[in-house]
Formats: sequence, C-alpha cells, structure tokens
Amino acid sequence: MKLDCPLCGARDIREFHYQGAASLADRPDPDAPEAQQVFLDYVYMRDNPAGENRELWFHAHGCGAWLVATRNVTTHEFLSVRLAAAREAAP
Amino acid sequence: MSRLAQGGLIDRTRQLPFTFDGETLLGLAGDTLASALLANGRHLVGRSFKYHRPRGIMTAGSEEPNALVTITRGNHAIPNLRATTQELYRALDARSQNRFPSLDFDLLAVNDLLSPFFGAGFYYKTFMWPRSFWDRVYEPVIRRAAGLGELGTEPDDRLHDKGFAHCDLLVIGAGPAGLIAALAAGRAGLDVILADEDFLFGGRLNAERIHLDDQPGNEWAAGVVTELRQMDNVRLMGRTTVTGTYDGGIYGAVQRVADHLPAVPGNVPEQIFWRINARHSILATGAIEQPIIFPGNDRPGVMMAGAVRSYLNRFAVAAGRSVAIFSNNDTGHRTAADLQAAGVEVAAVIDTRPDAIPQGDYPLLSGAQVIGTRGRLRLREISVQTASGRRKLRADCLAVAGVWAPALHLSCHLGARPVWRDDINAFVPADGAVPGMRAAGAVAGHQTTRDTLKSGLAAARAVIAEHGRKAARIRLPHCSDGPTEGAPFWHVTKGKGRAWVDFQNDVTAKDIAQAHRENFRASEHLKRYTTLGMAPDQGKTANMAALALMAELQRRSIPEVGTTTFRPPYVPVSMAALGAHGAGKGFAPERLMPSDALARKHGAEFVELGLWQRPAWYPRPGETTWRESCDREACMVRETVGICDMTTLGKIDVQGRNAAEFLDRIYVNTMSKLAVGRTRYGVMLREDGFVMDDGTVARLGKRHFLLTSTTGAHDQVWRHLTFCAQVLWPDLDVQLCDVTEAWAQFAIAGPKARALLQRLTRADISNDAMPFMSWREVKLGKVFARLFRISYSGELGFELAVPAQYGPSLAEALEECARAKGGDWFGLEALNVLRLEKGFLTHAEIDGRVTLDDLGMARLMAGKDCIGKVMADRPALRAPDRMQLVGLKPAGASKLLLGGAHLFTPGDPVDREHDQGVITSQCFSPHLGHPIALALLRGGRGRIGQQILMHDHLRGVETLCEVCAPVFLDPEGGRMRG
Ligand SMILES: [Zn+2]
Repeated sequence: MKLDCPLCGARDIREFHYQGAASLADRPDPDAPEAQQVFLDYVYMRDNPAGENRELWFHAHGCGAWLVATRNVTTHEFLSVRLAAAREAAP
Repeated sequence: MSRLAQGGLIDRTRQLPFTFDGETLLGLAGDTLASALLANGRHLVGRSFKYHRPRGIMTAGSEEPNALVTITRGNHAIPNLRATTQELYRALDARSQNRFPSLDFDLLAVNDLLSPFFGAGFYYKTFMWPRSFWDRVYEPVIRRAAGLGELGTEPDDRLHDKGFAHCDLLVIGAGPAGLIAALAAGRAGLDVILADEDFLFGGRLNAERIHLDDQPGNEWAAGVVTELRQMDNVRLMGRTTVTGTYDGGIYGAVQRVADHLPAVPGNVPEQIFWRINARHSILATGAIEQPIIFPGNDRPGVMMAGAVRSYLNRFAVAAGRSVAIFSNNDTGHRTAADLQAAGVEVAAVIDTRPDAIPQGDYPLLSGAQVIGTRGRLRLREISVQTASGRRKLRADCLAVAGVWAPALHLSCHLGARPVWRDDINAFVPADGAVPGMRAAGAVAGHQTTRDTLKSGLAAARAVIAEHGRKAARIRLPHCSDGPTEGAPFWHVTKGKGRAWVDFQNDVTAKDIAQAHRENFRASEHLKRYTTLGMAPDQGKTANMAALALMAELQRRSIPEVGTTTFRPPYVPVSMAALGAHGAGKGFAPERLMPSDALARKHGAEFVELGLWQRPAWYPRPGETTWRESCDREACMVRETVGICDMTTLGKIDVQGRNAAEFLDRIYVNTMSKLAVGRTRYGVMLREDGFVMDDGTVARLGKRHFLLTSTTGAHDQVWRHLTFCAQVLWPDLDVQLCDVTEAWAQFAIAGPKARALLQRLTRADISNDAMPFMSWREVKLGKVFARLFRISYSGELGFELAVPAQYGPSLAEALEECARAKGGDWFGLEALNVLRLEKGFLTHAEIDGRVTLDDLGMARLMAGKDCIGKVMADRPALRAPDRMQLVGLKPAGASKLLLGGAHLFTPGDPVDREHDQGVITSQCFSPHLGHPIALALLRGGRGRIGQQILMHDHLRGVETLCEVCAPVFLDPEGGRMRG
C-alpha cells in the first residue's frame, strides 16, 4: 500500500501511523452541557462503514504531517488525502 | 537411461554429476533435478506425508506435490525443495524425505496399513482421549511421523537480501502471452519488468512441439528474449516467482539468485525477496494441468501428460519405455503423437469420451477409464474399464491428460473471487480483480498459442495507451496448434482402492465423501476437516478435483460449490529470504548514547531500553554480583556524586505565540504561569482520562519551552503533541521540534554535584542564583550548555545538556571531575534504586491504566481544561476502591519482594477473586537495608500502616508487607533543595 502525502508524494504505507477515524479531529466543547457523555462518544464510539472511511494518518517516518485521508476500507483505495492542519475547504 | 539420443534444450556437452540419497548420477546442463532423475530412470523420489506411500515425480513445475527433496548446501540442509524447479548443478547433493530408514523400505509405511484410522478428521477424533496421552504418547508419535522434511539445526549464515523495484509494467510469466506483452511494452518505451520462475523463458513453448511461422516455439521465444535483453527499459528477472499481490500495485517476488550454483560467489545473496511497485501488471502465469482421480493414481510412474511432454520435448527424457495415456481431452492424443515422434512406445490412449477418434497410429480405447494400477515402487500395469469389459495393460508410465486450470492465484490475493466459465470448465480471473492488473494468455482462458499471443498483445496495448504512449505494430506469427476439445471428467468411480486427490497432504476421494457425510460441506470446512489444499503446494493440483467431487456429492455445479481462498505466497518462501538482514544485529536498530564508547571501555553491563543501549551497572574489580555494583553506585550518589548519561530522555522544543496556551491544554497543570528560567514537573493525560506520561517543562523564553518525555513513551508523546497541534488546534501558533538526538544530556547528582560542576564552569550556580527547579545557560569553554536544576535521585541534582556533537567530550570531562570528587558513573539499576527510594515514577507505574488520582497526584489538576480532563472526572475513575499507588516494605520473616507479584488481604484465599493489587517495581534499598517496593493496591491510601500479603504464584514466594507512603527517603525533599 502507498499513501500520497501532500508534502512528500506517494510513500510506502510503513512510513505512516494509522490513528483512527477522522472524527477524532472534532474535539467536543469541554464546557458544553452533558460534556462527559459527548466526550464518551468522541473517545470510544466509531462508525464502521464497509466502504468510504475518513481517517487520520501520521507521516511518522517522513515529514511529520498529520493527514486526513478518505479510504475505501473494502478495497484499501485512497480516494483523497489532505493535510489535517489545512481545515476543510468551504463547500 | 531414459535420455533420448537427440533433441531437447539441454547441453549434451556439459555433464553434471550429482547425488541422490548418496548415489552418484549424471545429468546435463539445462536439467532440473527432476528431469535428471527421470533421465536416470528414477521415478520414486519420496514418501508421502501421512501414509508414507512411495511417490514419484508428477509434474514439471512449481505445482509439484510429490517430489520434495532436501538439498545440502555447505553445512546447511534445505528441506522441501521441489525437484521439478531445482536447477541441476555440479555435485548437487539431494536426499529424499519422509522415509525411515530408506526410500525403498520405509517402516512408517505401516501407517498406510492403518489408513482406516487416519481418515478425514483423524486429528480431531483420534487424539481427543485419553487426555493423559497428549504429551507422552500422541505428541512424540506425531512429531516422528508427520511434517515435511527436516530443518538443519545449525544457524543459517547464508546471505539473503531484500530488493525494492519500481516499474510501469510488471509482466508475470514469460510464456507466449508474457513475452509478446513485454515486447510490445518494451518497444513502446515503458519501464518493464518481466519475471518468470523458470530459468528458461518461453513457458509451454519450450515444452510443446509448436511452430510459430517457420520457427520451433522455443526458438521464437529465444528470439524475443534476445531483443528484450537489448532494451535498457526492460529488466528480465528469471528464476523469480511473483509470490503475492498486495494493495497499491505492490507485488512480492522471490528471486533465486544462487540456488543453481554449486557455490555462492562472495557477497552474492542466495535469494532476494523483492517488493515490486508496478503501476500496471499483466498476469500471464499460464495454467496448471489437473489430474483425473482414479484408484491407485499415486503410484510412481503416474504423471501429468503435460509434464510427460515437458520432459520429452524440453529435456529429451522419456518418462517410460511404454507409456499409457489417460485423457479426457485432445491433449492426450497430442502426447501420444509427441511420444511416437520421439520413438517411445505408446501402450494405449484411454479416452473417457465415447466418441473419441484416434489422431495417429496407436491403440485407442474410447469411452474407457483407468480403474486401477499395480507395481511395487513403480507402475507396472494398469486396469482399464472399457464399454466391453475390463482389461489389463502393461505400462511403466501413465500420462494423465486433464483439464488445464488457469494459475489465477495472484488475481485473488486481494479478495476477489474467480469467475467460472462453462465453455472451458475452469475458473478465470474476474475483471478488475486487482486494480491495474490484466490477465492474458492461458490464465485468462485462452487455449491456442495464437489466442494467447493475441491476448498478451491486447493487454500490453491497453497498458501502453494508459501511459499515453503509442504501440508499435507487431505482426502475430502463424501458430501450428489448433483448438483442443475436451469433456469435463474428473473422477473414476469404478475400481477398488484409494484414489488420491491431494497428494501432498494425503487426502483421498473417500475422505472427501466422508467429510460430506459428516456434513462438512462448505469448501472451507472441507479444507480444514480433511486438510485438503493446506499443504505447502496449497492444492494447486488438488483443489479443482476436490470441488468437482463435492459438486458430484452435492448434485450441484462446481461454481455453486464455490472456490477456495488463495493466499500469498504462491510458492513457499524461505524465512531466510523474507527476513533478510533481520537476524542478529539486523533485528532492530541500536541507539547509542554519547558516553557509549566510554561505558564499554569501563566494561559496563548493558541493557536495552527501547532501542537504546544503556549501561545497567559498571562492575569494579572484586564485585561478583550486579547487586554489589548497584549498591555501591547508589550509595556513591547519596554520599558523594554520581554521573549518568540521560540522553535517552525525549526532548521536545516548543515555540510560538501560543506555546504557553498550547502546553496548558496538554498538561494537567498550568505551564503558562511558569517563569522564564524555571522548570516544572508536569503530567499529561490521554483523552480517555488515563495518564500518558510525565516529565519536566523548562521555560526557555516567553514563547519558548523545552519538554522532556520518558524514554519509552517518547514516540507516543511526540505523536500526541503533533496531533494536538496539527489536528485539534491548527489555529494555535505553535511549532514543535523533536530535539531528542540534538542534545547530549547528563545527570550530576549527589551532595558534591555543585562542586563538580564548578570545576567545569565559572557561572554562578549557587543555591541563590540557581535554586531547585530552575535552569540557566552556562558556558563550558566556548560551548553554550543548558544546566537544569532537577533531580530524579532525590539528591542535589543537575542535568547538563550540550549539542550532541560535544557529548562524548563532555562525558570524558565529567568523568574526570567526578573522580576528582570521589564519584563516578552510575547505571540504570542504581538510578532505579534512587528513584524508588524517592517514590518517583516510571512506566512500570504509569502502565496506561492509572489515573492522576491513582498516583496520588490529583492536586496537580488545575482549573483549566486539558486533554483528558473531562473523561478523568468519570465517577468510576474517582472511586475510592481503585488501585492506588503505595509503598511496601517487608514486615515478616521473608524479606523478598518481587515485581509483578500480587497482593492479598492476609487470611483471604490467594485467588483472582481476592486480588488486591500488584507490585509494579521493587529493589533492595542499601540505605534502609531491606527491599522496598511500589505497588498499586485497591484503596491503598486508606490502608497505610496495615499489613498485606504478597503472593507470587509463579515463583512460589509469600511475603507479609507493611503498606506505607510511596516515599522511603527524605519525604520533605530537603536533600534535593539544598
Ligand atoms: Zn509526508
């Protein structure tokens, strides 16, 4: 498998660390009412789609960038990759 | 001798002597071990796995189930090599396997007589009872009897290598389809790799009598190879088996670089395991002829007809003096014609089709079946059932011409299922089974050479177009072979005796019927129950017939029964090749500290910590145990001064306008209020509320901090910080840099630490100028260094950091100054004693399951939010009966405290239900004169002063302990503040 890092180009998957679903990027407001319940969902609950999944990857043995990648988990095909720090472009 | 007087692609001028089971035989250059054995009239080459049945050579390729041999190279014996793919070399030394004491006379063949007890599922039934027999009876018997071949016991010091290759197009297989595809792509300028497992390119063109235009097939192939060799953009990889398909256009391949050489030239690896990155691939792996199942079909001398033609046409070897042919299709007749052309007697062609007509001058039995074989260790006679009755025929070789099944394994490695084609009675690769892969030739279901070439060319043209190149015109040659007709016939039901389906794992048609009766009907269940297809050959000559048999039993069609799952590797790959460079020093990289050379000079004992090599203690003359050295070093630090290389600590430089804000969100305590020039102990949590790591934070400037992380947790901490900076809060202005290896850092600890440092620097480091938990820059000669007033030993302590390149010289300077003050180096063991006496933590305590409160540090939690704060506040994580950090000291006759031992309330049963906690770290305290320990104990803080029982089930030790606060020395901290 290869992942196309926006900074480094297509690199062997072994250079990357897989963190989990991209929903981890959306840390809840700790002051919101019911914050503990919201955090429980944030920390532990994941969708398990058989298809496209948005994921966080870390180019650990490369540039050190965190990436948001969309991957089809049934074919392992990466459909898009962007830098996590570059927040999503406006629709 | 069975070698023909002429023909073949062998070099008759180069005779190669070799030995088989100690007997010296002669072969020729260009032979495989199998062809050389057959040329010497040897069919019997091994004994079968389960029943120790005599077995002969069955095929001429990597699908071979029977002819597994052990070859000795140097002092190393390599088992389970296929004689059919092993190239012959001078003095090759091969031995047969699975025989005891000899191939001709095998005592364990008694298993064959016991076969009623060894049928399907015998592993699951036989060895169940009595239980006491498992270790003493069954295990030794199975060990003696089972297994294929034997590994050498000497360490394997042969050189193997890993390779990485990139190309536009990987062509897998160099038969007609692969050759023409590589030629077209090569001429179009693509970067091409052509891989074939054989040492001679051409595939079936080398084994059949087919003309392309006016050239014999093998000459046409050689011509194409000559042109390909001249192209800079084409790499030819012979003796290379592509073994696996992986995601993203990556293919694994094993190249046998030196397996065909008598001796390996220096620095040449025996094998290379390649990882080939290919945007496109063309699967041109051909097809594998499948046996017809009939009673007695495993007798040496029964072979595949395609193999008989290979040995005849390519190696000029007649597989028998009088060859019978059992066929369900026209290729049986082709075999007869080839044999007759070479002057070999054809006993008869037995064709299962009632309407078969002779295509030459040989006896033909139409609508007939072979129903039995006879002959000890070698075929002598076959029984045939014809429409009119039974008859016997004398033959010393029976060529079985069955259906050719596409070798589509590589197309299924990503999970795709093959597609059934009724017209050819075979599975073919599904379209799009592997992104970027196209199938061409026989593997795609094409049968004539002309169609094969056409599909290879078409596949190449499609790839060329996708690369935006123009394909040159290539004229397809006229091919002499025409289409072949056949009928799907898999299984003879008449006759007596066992009929073998999986030769390598000894599975019979009866076993499959039994599995069916016992309701193991899904193909994957059948596989596991009978072990069919689970031998190293993965059922390349067994799976199709098994599916056909199951279909018969279930009265369904083959595609309805299903197919089995194909997994890499396509052929067995040695661990030595897969793990090339991974043994010994190559197993893991080593990280060396700046004082490494010095410590080795002093004879320090080393221990691995993460990848770091750290001195554990520095033995002195007269010291006989590690404890003596450790106690001396620990006392030295408490009494004078000790130095220790702390470079392994993780160091992270944090800068930016929002650096302080960022750290407030990371650490449970507040870092934004830390004054420039000060350092602070800090703890960070994971978002789930458990402790991730602890360390110190030094404020270097208003917008500049330096953090330390624990050696073993550094990777996790670094990943966490970058995650927070880039993913959670990209709007904060903060930059992180991992400077772990940029700084060499040494601890100087003990009452004379300050005096030692004053020999190195003129800077004011008095307690007033440099109080506890401060830092300052000092000059060591011309080098700027950072001096931190921190202590991990509980003594007056400093850590001195210099740019890494000055590390070794600073180590020498520190050693000289320490010795002048009566001090010296101390190792990791003494460091552990010092920190335990003070109750300082390591990841033995911070094991990923403890909270801040468990560690007794809830007071550190500031009012602001930080990672993990919300979740740490969950009621269950604040429960008073959680395991809490305490100290333990022995309170009874036994003084022994053991790490990992569990704790129980005295009087309670010492079982899991009554478990109260666990010892996380322990040591002998030379200052207290007895062992001490840190432990996590249920409701521990409320039990201080009470007694608890340590019970070590593993080592059978019991010690009564007193629970105490987790600080054993100087609880007020006066020593380190002084
Ligand atoms: Zn990168």
